[in-house]
Amino acid sequence: MKERVILHSDLNNFYASVECLHRPEIRDKPVAVCGDPLLRHGIVLAKNYPAKATGIQTGEAIWQAQQKCPGLVVLPPNFGLYLRFARLAREIYASYTDQVEPFGLDEAWLDVGGSCQVFGDGREIADRIRTRIKEELGVTASVGVSYNKIFAKLGSDMKKPDATTVITSDNFRQTVWPLPAGDLLYVGRATKRKLASRGVTSIGDIALADPAGLRSLLGKWGEVLWAFANGLDCSPVVRMGEESQIKSVGNSITTPRDLKTDADVEMTFYVLSESVAERMRQHGFKCRTAQIYIRDNNLCSLGAQGKFPRPTQLAADLAAKAMTLFRAHYAWEKPVRSLGVKGTDLVAADCCEQLFLFEDEERRRKQEKIEATVDDLRHRFGHFSIQRALLLQDEKLGAINPKEDHVIHPVAFFKEGRLP
Amino acid sequence: MEERRYCNPDKVYVSVKAVFYPDGGFKPTSLIWEDGCEYPIDKVTDIRRAASLKAGGTGIRYTCRISGQTIHLFLEEDRWFMERRGS
Repeated sequence: MKERVILHSDLNNFYASVECLHRPEIRDKPVAVCGDPLLRHGIVLAKNYPAKATGIQTGEAIWQAQQKCPGLVVLPPNFGLYLRFARLAREIYASYTDQVEPFGLDEAWLDVGGSCQVFGDGREIADRIRTRIKEELGVTASVGVSYNKIFAKLGSDMKKPDATTVITSDNFRQTVWPLPAGDLLYVGRATKRKLASRGVTSIGDIALADPAGLRSLLGKWGEVLWAFANGLDCSPVVRMGEESQIKSVGNSITTPRDLKTDADVEMTFYVLSESVAERMRQHGFKCRTAQIYIRDNNLCSLGAQGKFPRPTQLAADLAAKAMTLFRAHYAWEKPVRSLGVKGTDLVAADCCEQLFLFEDEERRRKQEKIEATVDDLRHRFGHFSIQRALLLQDEKLGAINPKEDHVIHPVAFFKEGRLP
Repeated sequence: MEERRYCNPDKVYVSVKAVFYPDGGFKPTSLIWEDGCEYPIDKVTDIRRAASLKAGGTGIRYTCRISGQTIHLFLEEDRWFMERRGS
């Protein structure tokens, strides 16, 4: 089989670069785009090179960043603008191939094997894309070129900004293997620590380790990482429009203040459940299982799940189940910082349903109609045109608009289905 | 999601008059500078997407001839802008 030609394009310091393009006066200063500290999202989301030089890391709190760099220009994010730039970048990619798989806003894989006859080899296409992004969008990209997605991504990380790195089946032992194990996709902090305990610190160490040994250490991920390190990843670049099948609908939030009582938690669960239920209705799903996610103010998190007696798309059901799970699993040792609700085990909303003998089916139908009507009202008159009385108890918590405040969702390499 | 807009002294938003063709597409024919003067566009010599580092933004860039001079006119989403010269 012919070797694939895969590009991974990474827009350098994306949020910060877009801000610097639009504000020429701050281009030479250290700049960090940070979340809103009042909403307790006050961490560094992106920074430019002068800020990076002072040692600022993405994910740090704003005060930490300002300690490292007193003159730091802190900007709020302008997600609408970033979305537009991400779309424009994708339009450029789409002129070379229809196999474009976005990975977050600022990264994408492209399989250009089919267009090499027209545009030249992988490096040439990568260089063209970089030039166009620089000239047309005014930001820079680094592009990795390889024969699999994992090495392409490693390549785009190796030389920055505005550079092309080619990793071939002949040179990956020299280029990729000396890199630290943590650079490999899916080697996070915990995995890195486990690997280090066995003396495995570089990607080469993973590649040369015994896959069975890795499996006993890390479970099935051990073998996956071993395959990654040896360049054996053969996952395809998804074609545009071929989004993976949706497997769950969820929403989570870091609340504007720590939650201290069951009532606080219930309110937040209602906010989240309403948005999850609305999205399930929008896409024609019911869920059979609810999952919750809890994170305390010490950043320790836990999850729990429970089944519904029958599939549902009612916010009231979701919130009640979430609350039951919460009571069963959380002992209130610490206040809660973040909460999440997810509906999984999805079925089509219009499939046959087992009715219950001793439940008021008519009332349930009415409940479904009411919630659908609320969706409609909100769609026409805005999210806050109608609200549960419960949510009026606390101005801050009730004022969360989970649907419109969340436009950018985190993504995973092994995708579960996800929703816009 | 709505974009927040930026204010930059070197980015001059201008009014533009244009001809819309019956088969689709359009061509700017004159622009009105911030002082109110109207300048007829003699010829559009190039149209492409381009970023403006000076004004800060990206859009469809129209390279135009106006009384013997070449200028760049950018269409960014639904607004036209030009780069201020010489400052």
